[in-house]
Amino acid sequence: MADVPLSPTRSAAAKAGGASAWTRLQTNRNWLGLWFMLPAAGFLILFLAYPLGLGVWLSFTDSRIGRPGEFIGFENYAWLWGDDVFWLSVFNTLLYTTVASVLKFAIGLYLALLLNRHMRFKAIIRAVVLIPFIVPTVLSAVAFWWIFDTQFSIITWMLQGLGLIDHQINWLGDSTMARASVIFANIWRGVPFIAITLLAGLQTVPGSLYEAATIDGATRWQLFRFITYPLLTPIIAVVMTFSVLFTFTDFQLIWVLTRGGPFNATHLMATLSYQRAILGGNLGEGAAIATAMIPFLLAAIMFSWFGLQRRKWQSGGSDD
Amino acid sequence: MNLTRRSLLRSTAATGALAMATSLTGWAKAWAQTSMLHAPEEGATLQLLRWRRFIQSEEDSFMALVAAFTAATGVPVEVLSEGMDDVQPKASVAANVGSGPDMFWGLYSLPHLFSDRCIDVTDVADYIGNKYGGWAPSAEVYGKSGDQWIALPVAYNANLINYRQSAIAEAGFSEMPGDTEGFLELNRALNRIGKPAGMALGFASGDGNAWVHWCLWSHGGNLVDADDNVIINSPETEAALVYAKNLYDVWIPGTASWNDSFNNKAFLAEEVFLTNNGVSIYAAAQNAAAEGDEKMAAMAEDINHAYWPVGPVGKPTEFHICYPLMGMTYTKYPNAVKAFMQFMMEAENYGPWLNGARAYLSHAYAAGEDFAVWTADPKFAPAKPAAYRTLTAGGLGSVGEKAASALADFVVLSMIANACSGRSTPQDAMRVAERQAQRIYR
Repeated sequence: MADVPLSPTRSAAAKAGGASAWTRLQTNRNWLGLWFMLPAAGFLILFLAYPLGLGVWLSFTDSRIGRPGEFIGFENYAWLWGDDVFWLSVFNTLLYTTVASVLKFAIGLYLALLLNRHMRFKAIIRAVVLIPFIVPTVLSAVAFWWIFDTQFSIITWMLQGLGLIDHQINWLGDSTMARASVIFANIWRGVPFIAITLLAGLQTVPGSLYEAATIDGATRWQLFRFITYPLLTPIIAVVMTFSVLFTFTDFQLIWVLTRGGPFNATHLMATLSYQRAILGGNLGEGAAIATAMIPFLLAAIMFSWFGLQRRKWQSGGSDD
Repeated sequence: MNLTRRSLLRSTAATGALAMATSLTGWAKAWAQTSMLHAPEEGATLQLLRWRRFIQSEEDSFMALVAAFTAATGVPVEVLSEGMDDVQPKASVAANVGSGPDMFWGLYSLPHLFSDRCIDVTDVADYIGNKYGGWAPSAEVYGKSGDQWIALPVAYNANLINYRQSAIAEAGFSEMPGDTEGFLELNRALNRIGKPAGMALGFASGDGNAWVHWCLWSHGGNLVDADDNVIINSPETEAALVYAKNLYDVWIPGTASWNDSFNNKAFLAEEVFLTNNGVSIYAAAQNAAAEGDEKMAAMAEDINHAYWPVGPVGKPTEFHICYPLMGMTYTKYPNAVKAFMQFMMEAENYGPWLNGARAYLSHAYAAGEDFAVWTADPKFAPAKPAAYRTLTAGGLGSVGEKAASALADFVVLSMIANACSGRSTPQDAMRVAERQAQRIYR
């Protein structure tokens, strides 16, 4: 951009005066833009970049709680490389994120399509759908804690009452069941966010497109495939990016329900990082686990943006 | 006035606490004049974060003690409570950022996680030790870093076998077996009669860590040796894993997900008839009985406590919870902190407080053997020598920050859980634990 002075008078004064540098900083548009951005930049640096940078730095040290530690290079990462529990947590995190995100998207989209129809009490129903999202995570986790209790589960009690089973279901005491249980709880909690966001997107699709396609003889599937889905793709990209990020970094739900057990089968990278850094006192190692999450998160973001956001057919081209 | 048994109990408890507070206050004022080692700073106020009480009367007695301290010294003390598992992260964060409560009252070797951030309380510990017949050996291990006392190990929670006398009688046992083989037979017999046992195998820092360490140590296994070299991968550990799996196989399903509170509620709901815990299950049954619950009254009558069986090593290998109290170096009022610690441990305060705890807490110094609580109920007796029978976090090794990390990381518990579930062979479980321990003790 050209260096354009705000006013000829001030510019002339700037050229004439001895304090020209300071005046230029005050009047030059480029500098002014910088000044205006500084508060936001300062905020981001202080609360986002600095903690992130500090976390990455800690991962290269042997810091313990209350002690700064010394630089030890990649030693924390080398230990993690041979650590079965760490790799199990990576597997758990990927499984948890993938299964929960896919199911949350499928259920959320279905729910959004249903809610987009004209029906009675539409506003109330839409508000009710949001309840799982509104309830504090810890509160819903405690509710699931009782629902999945091996001895006192209401599901087990009902199934036994119906005569369908005659034994207790080991919800959180078996690896597979525990994983399925925490994924279910996450889906229950996450679906409303996706459903309501996609519903907002659905309402921006012009009705005339559907009318034109219907006149052309399009089926319901074709309406969805060639009108709804393409026009919804940008918002899907955004909502799924957030969903994947939230799911990947989930902590509260797991911590309340299982603390990573049984047998570390539900330990996510976030919970393992907390356990080793804060409970175990090894800040450096905990930071290394947290830092190891970054590539996965970046990959998820890249996939969402480059895989969904930039498809040519959104602007009328082909997919190639 | 409508006087019910419940309201009578409440008013009696309140009157007791009030009477205790009144009598304490007079003594406390004299103590502040004559015996206080450190005069609190001008305008001092204190904040103490403690684990949330399990027995109401314990907290009542403790708060009476706190009120007496304030009356005698003029130092207000704010007492905050957190769940047992939440004290450590809060203390860790406070130690790291240098701000937070003046005192933390946590579990096991917590002060050793950040020993540099704990104030030196050596003179207070020496005074208490000399005056009351000496600290228990385990208390010295927990309280000292090198030659310096970094915390006062104020009390222990005896982790005992809790059982229903009628159930073990029905299973064919007249008393709790004193050896591990007999104990396994009892567990099998309980399973056969449909009154199974069960102990926490989830990430339960109290009950979970207590039984798995007993199991490991009773068979001669250890995480590290006296020089902190990792020795977990051993035939003794393998024997412990086989034994633990034998127990697990006859326990009620679901113990792998149990945390510290699951066994309490399962026991009170008559889902399990033997577990490990403090005496708080008994106290809960007694409380319910006092409120008119006849079923709980019968259960309280039937509950009893026992020491852990002795394994092949031939000596007790119990792991009771130590509750250390530490002052933080960032406090503005270190003298007030030390004065409070000293006050708390004086027998005139300590005795009535432990009496209020009804054997949920056991004394840490010799003179505590004479406290009234130990003659109040014969079922309390096994809790009495907790400080003298317990081994310490770290086992043969040091009780420093590495032992604290291994405990917080559930290295032993995860190894036993993996072997019990059959997800790993004993050899694989040991190999993973060995690697974990090497990482921590590097």
